[in-house]
Amino acid sequence: MVGDEKPSTMAAPRQPADDNAFKRELVQLIPHLRAFARTLCGDPAAADDLAQDAMMKAWDARASFQMGTNMKAWTFMILRNQFYSEKRRSWRQSQLDQEAAERTLVAVDDPEAPVALDELRQGLAMLPPEQREALILVGAGGFAYEEAAEICGCAVGTVKSRVSRARRALHVILDEGAYDRDGASAGDAMRSILADAERLSTVR
Amino acid sequence: MIEQRPSEERRRSSAAMDEARLRQQAIGVRLRQMFDEVVNEQVPEEFLEILRRADSRSSENG
Repeated sequence: MVGDEKPSTMAAPRQPADDNAFKRELVQLIPHLRAFARTLCGDPAAADDLAQDAMMKAWDARASFQMGTNMKAWTFMILRNQFYSEKRRSWRQSQLDQEAAERTLVAVDDPEAPVALDELRQGLAMLPPEQREALILVGAGGFAYEEAAEICGCAVGTVKSRVSRARRALHVILDEGAYDRDGASAGDAMRSILADAERLSTVR
Repeated sequence: MIEQRPSEERRRSSAAMDEARLRQQAIGVRLRQMFDEVVNEQVPEEFLEILRRADSRSSENG
C-alpha cells in the first residue's frame, strides 16, 4: 500500500502500535514532567494540574511527534508553553503562582531533609525566572544547552549565559546568606552545601 | 607564562580554582537532588487514569 496515495483530508491512520509505544514513553516521562512543573509553579497541586494538562496536550499531538526523536525535550516544551500561556491569560493568577512558588520552594516536607537543600530552594526562588528555568533544565533536568534552548525557544548562547549568571548569583546568595533565614549567619548555606558535597564525593 | 609565576601564587590561584569548581559541583549535586526528589515520588494514579480514559476514547473514535 505504500505509494498508493489518494487525496485525503485526514492524516494517515495511526496504528494502535504507534499509540502504545508513544504512551509507554509518555508514562515514563510523567515523573520528570511533574518535577519540571513543580519548579515552574511551586505549589504541588497546581504543578500536577500543569503536568496533567501538558501530558494530555502531548497525547493529543502524538501524530505530530516523530518517534525516536527526543520526547522528553518535546514534552518539556509543551509544558513550558502551557505554563506561560496560562500565565499570560491571567496576570493576577501568575502573581499568586509566584507567591506560591516562593512559599513552596522554601517549604520542606521532609523534616530530615538536609538543611542545604532548603537553602538551595530559597536561593533558587530569588533568581529571575528565566535564569532559574535555564539552570534547572541544564543542571537538574539533564538537558544539553541545545535542547534547553529549543525548550525555551531561545538561542543556545542565551541559555549558556542564563545558566552561568544563575550559577554566579546562586553562589553569592548562598555565600552571603542573602536569603532570609532566621538565625543563619553569612556563609552557612554554602558551608553546609560544601560539607554535604564532600561527604557525597567520598562515598563515590 | 605560567611557569614564570612564583610557585606560591600559582598554588594559591589553583586552590581558588579548585574551590570554585568544588562549589559548582556542590550546587550541581544539590540541584539534581532537589529535582530527583520529585522525580522519585510515586506518580499519582490520576495521571494514569486520565491517560487511560483518553486512550479508550481515541480507540472508540478511531
